[in-house]
Amino acid sequence: MSALLEVRDLDVTFMTPDRTVHAVNGVSFDVKRGETLGILGESGSGKSVTLRSILRLHPEHRTRWSGSIKLEGVEILTMDRRTLNDLRGQKIAMIFQEPATAFDPVFTIGHQIAETVRRHTGKSESDALKRARELLEMVRIPSPAQRLKAYPHEMSGGMRQRAMIALALSCNPSLLLADEPTTALDATVQIQVLLLIRELQRELDLGVIFVTHDIGVAVEVSDRIGVMYAGKLVELASVEQMVDAPRHPYSRGLLASTVQGSMRGQRLEAIPGAPPDLGEVPTACSFAPRCKFAEPQCVSAPPTLGSVGDSHLVRCVRAEAPA
Amino acid sequence: MDALVPRQDRAKDRGGPAQPLLLAEGLRKHFPVMGGLLGRTTKVVRAVDDLSLSVAKGETLGVVGESGCGKSTVARLLIRLLKPDKGTMVLDGDPVDEPHGITVAELRRQVQMVFQDSYASLNPRLTIAETLAFAPKAHGLPASEARERVRDLLAKVGLEPDTYMERYPHELSGGQRQRVNIARALALRPRLVILDEAVSALDKSVEAQVLNMLVDLKDELGLTYLFISHDLNVVQYLSDRVLVMYLGKIVELGSVEAIYGNPQHPYTRALLSARPSMDPRKRTKEAPIQGDPPNPIDPPSGCRFRTRCPFAEDVCARLEPQLADTRAQAVACHMRVAGSGHSKAAAP
Repeated sequence: MSALLEVRDLDVTFMTPDRTVHAVNGVSFDVKRGETLGILGESGSGKSVTLRSILRLHPEHRTRWSGSIKLEGVEILTMDRRTLNDLRGQKIAMIFQEPATAFDPVFTIGHQIAETVRRHTGKSESDALKRARELLEMVRIPSPAQRLKAYPHEMSGGMRQRAMIALALSCNPSLLLADEPTTALDATVQIQVLLLIRELQRELDLGVIFVTHDIGVAVEVSDRIGVMYAGKLVELASVEQMVDAPRHPYSRGLLASTVQGSMRGQRLEAIPGAPPDLGEVPTACSFAPRCKFAEPQCVSAPPTLGSVGDSHLVRCVRAEAPA
Repeated sequence: MDALVPRQDRAKDRGGPAQPLLLAEGLRKHFPVMGGLLGRTTKVVRAVDDLSLSVAKGETLGVVGESGCGKSTVARLLIRLLKPDKGTMVLDGDPVDEPHGITVAELRRQVQMVFQDSYASLNPRLTIAETLAFAPKAHGLPASEARERVRDLLAKVGLEPDTYMERYPHELSGGQRQRVNIARALALRPRLVILDEAVSALDKSVEAQVLNMLVDLKDELGLTYLFISHDLNVVQYLSDRVLVMYLGKIVELGSVEAIYGNPQHPYTRALLSARPSMDPRKRTKEAPIQGDPPNPIDPPSGCRFRTRCPFAEDVCARLEPQLADTRAQAVACHMRVAGSGHSKAAAP
């Protein structure tokens, strides 16, 4: 089956008069229909920048893109404004971390969902509202007819996030982009929203890219996981491969340094140091300064993403070495 | 002789190891919500309602709960950033802010706090050295000794003194800033450190570094911690005892083994099983409870958890469950009290 989304050698650079940031440096991946790709990384790793590039949400005059992003074979990076506007919301939809700021506070939830439906399908006002009601039912919001008339501030955090999912799915997109959608939610609400996303993804056969910094969340929703560091994918594998046998020293460190209750009394395996500054294009392995296995060849040239088995890719010169 | 020792270093153990370091009885804090035509108080947020706790010397007491449960209000009450509406506090035998007790200033010398936002908690116009020397100088330490103490503090939190002393907060990473905040909390040689979501904003790899450091500092300096977090795994890692809060009340309190191994309150159980699975073959099938936590402005009558509790019965709406001791832990649930009227409770 051919891929729904193909990202190839994506570079994203932000330029301001003061400084240049090489936020994404050569990212390639595919997403199939009906598949959830989790992108895991710490702050500044480029995971959100990669995601937002798919909808070209960065300020045009300050951003330099290169590479290619194709949805069903159609190039997005060079697409004209009008086609892009049709694509946004209709083919590709996005949900954000903070639903309180993603909604417009002065319009009701129903109005905002109906507006999107009308923009993309040309339905009448009453048909669009009917569709909005169906959508609220689909995301399991209790008493949907009343909720249509609610303003965003009248809803709880979990309810707002459900409403945002309803808005995102209003035009039957084939690809859903999720940028830390459960990070701001309480634990007992987070799991409800994660399960909802997982169910809807199956029901609607969606491709989903789920960006998160939380390994537990990524494991809960993903079929495959990509780990990003300093603007590059350092490892891409099935969720089982990633949890059982991570190969990149950073992925291993990330898993080892994630606190689990069973580690009580043991010393945590912290990764020393901090991520690099992305002011320059990396000329070596960006993780080498923090890596306990670093060798001379790690700093001579940037490592390439190589295969270490059944669709398991690792960007490390030592990847061939036994784990 | 005593007069030569700076006042800040005089805080010493008074009651022996068996006396709790901090005792709080019946703490209450309600925040008025202004509204209506004349700006009168129309409603109150019942942030903390008649809460009692004790912190033993040398232990780490973990506090968990979701947003709005009052855990940060508890921290602010304990260090008197907020004045409680009701309730008393005793620090190692001395009543706080009472005629024969110690003053709030004395309390804050012995109890210090680290906040979640590492940037907002530092003055951007002061260098790290100035920030760290501020409190010791204010409490009468000569400038030269204060400088020595700054070097010592930075070394303790793993920052090279010569590199960091003259820097400003914006020149540091989040992890480094949080180390500075911890150093500042230790500057007056406190006995109790309240850590309010102190590692929550850090990336995982940095969080692990800071957690290791907190464990080391506790051993080295004989500290006691009150560790507040929404992250159940981190609380389990660090705490000796755990206190679970829901809408301004304690619902369960016990040793870390009891709370994580044998949780009694339905809310504690739900909270624990809401943790994402780390095994892709054992994914969560069903959310343990539905809905969001209710608004603390109008908490439900009786048991505050009853609106989300799968076992709620009539008695739960009528009577407020009291925190009752069972074998290993204290639980506020009618199901655990014999003869309470709940069908799952034992006969009286």
